[in-house]
Amino acid sequence: MSDRVEQLLRSALVPVDPPEALSDRLERGLSELTEAAATELADWELSAMRDPRNWGRPVAAVVVGSVAAGGLVLVRARQQQKKRQATGLHALEKSIRGVADDIEKRLRG
Amino acid sequence: MAMADKEQLDRDFTELYRDHLRDVYSYAYYRVGNHHDAEDLTEQTFLQAYRHFERAQRESDGRPLRPWLIRIAHNLAANFYRDRSRRPMTQLDDASILQEPHGTEELVEEREEVKEVLEGVSKLPDDRREALIMRFALGMDNREIARALGRSEGATKVLIHRAIKQLEENLEEERGE
Repeated sequence: MSDRVEQLLRSALVPVDPPEALSDRLERGLSELTEAAATELADWELSAMRDPRNWGRPVAAVVVGSVAAGGLVLVRARQQQKKRQATGLHALEKSIRGVADDIEKRLRG
Repeated sequence: MAMADKEQLDRDFTELYRDHLRDVYSYAYYRVGNHHDAEDLTEQTFLQAYRHFERAQRESDGRPLRPWLIRIAHNLAANFYRDRSRRPMTQLDDASILQEPHGTEELVEEREEVKEVLEGVSKLPDDRREALIMRFALGMDNREIARALGRSEGATKVLIHRAIKQLEENLEEERGE
């Protein structure tokens, strides 16, 4: 009978497509999360450049004539900053972190 | 991490998400038994996966990340039951094969058998039920299931064999054979 049971299991446990609304919600949530992480990274790179202990990297970039690389980071950081102020992304970023922390607490608690 | 690395990481994660959203959702659905909780579990799985993706990718050594993703869902599902004192229960009416309208007598009979099998699966011990979900709903092989459950391949093979055997015995018992 094992073969028959396996055949029935194949018929019973079919893959289930996620609802479209979930895909949309998830994609939106992940985009917000990745954007928030990118903003954080840009801010971190900017602040790291202000710290003399981290000047090795930008200095090396200048030596090889890549000043633009540092400039790009600055421009990106400024753009992100502007965007964040304009769209309230900061609040969103905070709320995503809040939700994530809450989920973690609930799952651990 | 530099911005370029981050962008590459995000592209890789997007690919992982697209390739395995259906797997994670299917696993979650058969694990928790309803669409509402399955959606929550899927969402939490990907959020958790994103947080640890860089490390997982580094440590995977080029191996597929599906077992890692399913392991996250598995751990979250375990916590879900612990927190809410719930037991998994498949809502049989939602299973696609059971939704088909009328058919021949043979089809109706098969639908009944499928229903019995689903009920039987939901009554198996957690590890056996999960192994069957991974094997049949997700099409994972022994190696992948072993990685997802944190067992050896040999132990996984035995687990699946015993799960099918137990299910078969339970079905026979219920039919009074």
